[in-house]
Amino acid sequence: MAKTITIYVDNKPYKVEDNQTIMQALDKIGYHIPRLCYHPKLSIEGACRVCIVEVEGMRNYVASCAYPVYDGMKIHTNTPQLRRARRDIVELIVDNHPMDCHTCDRNGTCELQRLTYSMGIKQRHFVGERKRYEKDVSFVSVIRDPEKCILCGRCVRVCSEIQGVFNLTYAYRGFKTVVTTAFDMPMAESVCSACGQCVNVCPTAAFLEKNNTQELFEKLRDPSLIKVVQFAPSVRAAIGEAFGFPAGVSKEKETVAALRKLGFDYVFDTQVGADFTIMEEASELLYRLKNKGKLPMLTSCSAAWMKFVEQFFPDFLDNISTCKSPMSMLGALIKTYFAQKIKVDPKKILSVAVMCCTAKKYEAARPELMVEGMRAVDIVITTRELAWMIKSAGIDFINIEPEEFDQPLGISSGGGAIFGATGGVMESAIRTAYELYTGEPLLDIEIQPIRGMKGIKEGVVDLNGEKIKVAVAHGLGNAIKLLEFVRKEPKSYHFIEIMGCPGGCIGGGGQPYAGYNSIPLDEEILKKRAEALYDIDRKKSIRAAHNNPILRRIYKEFLGEPLGEKAYKLLHTHYKPKYPKGIIPKELTFR
Amino acid sequence: MENLDSVDLEKMKILKDYLKNFKDKPRVESNLITILHKVQDIFGYLDRSALEEVAETIQVPTSHIWGVATFYHYFKLKKPGKHIISVCLGTACYIKGADEIIAKLKEELKTDVGGVSPDGLFSLEEARCLGACSLAPVVMIDGKVYGNLTPQSVTQIIKEYKSKHK
Repeated sequence: MAKTITIYVDNKPYKVEDNQTIMQALDKIGYHIPRLCYHPKLSIEGACRVCIVEVEGMRNYVASCAYPVYDGMKIHTNTPQLRRARRDIVELIVDNHPMDCHTCDRNGTCELQRLTYSMGIKQRHFVGERKRYEKDVSFVSVIRDPEKCILCGRCVRVCSEIQGVFNLTYAYRGFKTVVTTAFDMPMAESVCSACGQCVNVCPTAAFLEKNNTQELFEKLRDPSLIKVVQFAPSVRAAIGEAFGFPAGVSKEKETVAALRKLGFDYVFDTQVGADFTIMEEASELLYRLKNKGKLPMLTSCSAAWMKFVEQFFPDFLDNISTCKSPMSMLGALIKTYFAQKIKVDPKKILSVAVMCCTAKKYEAARPELMVEGMRAVDIVITTRELAWMIKSAGIDFINIEPEEFDQPLGISSGGGAIFGATGGVMESAIRTAYELYTGEPLLDIEIQPIRGMKGIKEGVVDLNGEKIKVAVAHGLGNAIKLLEFVRKEPKSYHFIEIMGCPGGCIGGGGQPYAGYNSIPLDEEILKKRAEALYDIDRKKSIRAAHNNPILRRIYKEFLGEPLGEKAYKLLHTHYKPKYPKGIIPKELTFR
Repeated sequence: MENLDSVDLEKMKILKDYLKNFKDKPRVESNLITILHKVQDIFGYLDRSALEEVAETIQVPTSHIWGVATFYHYFKLKKPGKHIISVCLGTACYIKGADEIIAKLKEELKTDVGGVSPDGLFSLEEARCLGACSLAPVVMIDGKVYGNLTPQSVTQIIKEYKSKHK
């Protein structure tokens, strides 16, 4: 039970609850103390010292993120001496930083830049030696630039505490301290899952996605190529934020229009790919149930989750659905079905995907996803990169006239849209599997128990008396908890959905950076993005994948049956264990 | 692990036997530094395969082990050379030109202080006074002291060591 106590802030009394830190108490009564390393979802680090306040009776200033309130505490938040100390602290951080803001990827979205401004640092007093490191650009998804790093440790904490990957660590010490991987290996040879959450939480540009925009701009000017693009559900749910729209406003048709203005010949919807994934995955689930296949079946559409499972849970690889992800399925269809349809050599097609995800860059380059010796998706860019391209090309996204997707790969079901939110794949799969199994449509198609931001969700589906137990986890840390439980109790579920990022794809590592009034991993923003997708679903006349007329046509004209020979060749794959092997500590809280 | 030679495999066996003491121990990660000492005892440095073995046995992520291993100067992260060269940088040696000796050795061995020559033969280290000031400047190679050195004579000595391995 929390007790109410009185604290004095700048001589004014306030009633607050005890058992909280000074920062938490001040946040609730209207003081936003400057901060850097603090993040409410991560453990308290107390590394940056930016959030210091003066407490009467204490010899030194205290870090408000780490110090608890007590009854009668007298706090000063803004005395001239305190302001000077805080300013010096930030100035010392800045002094060991390249200060190349105008050529930096985070220009305008950098927390250090904002903090430096708000501290009123106008001169640099401490110019001296600063750290020098090579950039690590080895990995196709995430690049690391330790020179930009200010050692706040958010990436280390998100990687271990939220994602359970433990790829990043502080190494060496003192001036030489650096955030790195085990054995200083390049990111490409590490256990990195490519989820990109380090990019999301980094206050500076120490972690970034591998930028493919220049390459894409050049290819878009190549007249010999047919430029085809697809974009994920979560892109439309979040791209508006990069242009100042509030979170939760879908910008689907505006994105279509902007992509055409950028020079794409055909704009398709990854949600169509999602519908195919559902047809195949629901069929596979029913096949496994009927033929006593390996259960529980685990979803395979999250690219970060797939890299993670190969390195951390190779014993579950037989449980993984053989279905490719929506992006890779649609990519495969673009290079085969669509190429035939428009009668061009598939080698002349530039297949681009805009994703909310950094790991999709890795997925697109996977040899096991090649189609007839070609990459199904040639270039992947993130939501952030697309927003930048739109701005850079001088396209007025804010006032743009909405446009429709191209056909035939532009009509999708509501089930395809909700793929982007945690629980969405499961919900869509149930909508379709239910009807495929029972022959009757599912009446109550909005499956509430598996919606929402709870880390692990579960439910039971009744297929004519057969009880199918399902579970959903989002964020790799939750996936670990769920899988460790399943290892002990293998019969507890039939079907499990796992998404690599908190919130599902809507919280992906490639989504727009937090703005002035939001923080990375902000649950309220994730909920709004999810709501945007559920809203798209509600407005669709077709809610379940198997009712999509395009799908039926393509199966009839081209693919044959779900799980049939041709569908299997184009839409399914297998994964193998990878080195280095990931290690999950006995206690997840340990770091 | 596949590229370990027979000597390393023997060492790995010793390590595995040692790690049996820690299996299923509560709060096993608190023994990490002790274990790293043992790894260095066995291998002469913190070998990657050995650290991966440690990580897997006691279920501590390799990144965490790397963080601890790099924090302490005592732990060697690179395989030491077959010969350890310590250049005395004590006052007497310094005045008599130890800086020239060390510059020459860096050039000759293509490595920095604390590093290993690319051929894996020599580790280059600094030493404070070796207690042989009358012979300054001095260098110690595998415990043997060479005195009254010049850049030319030190090159000659390195050449002799190299010729032993041809």
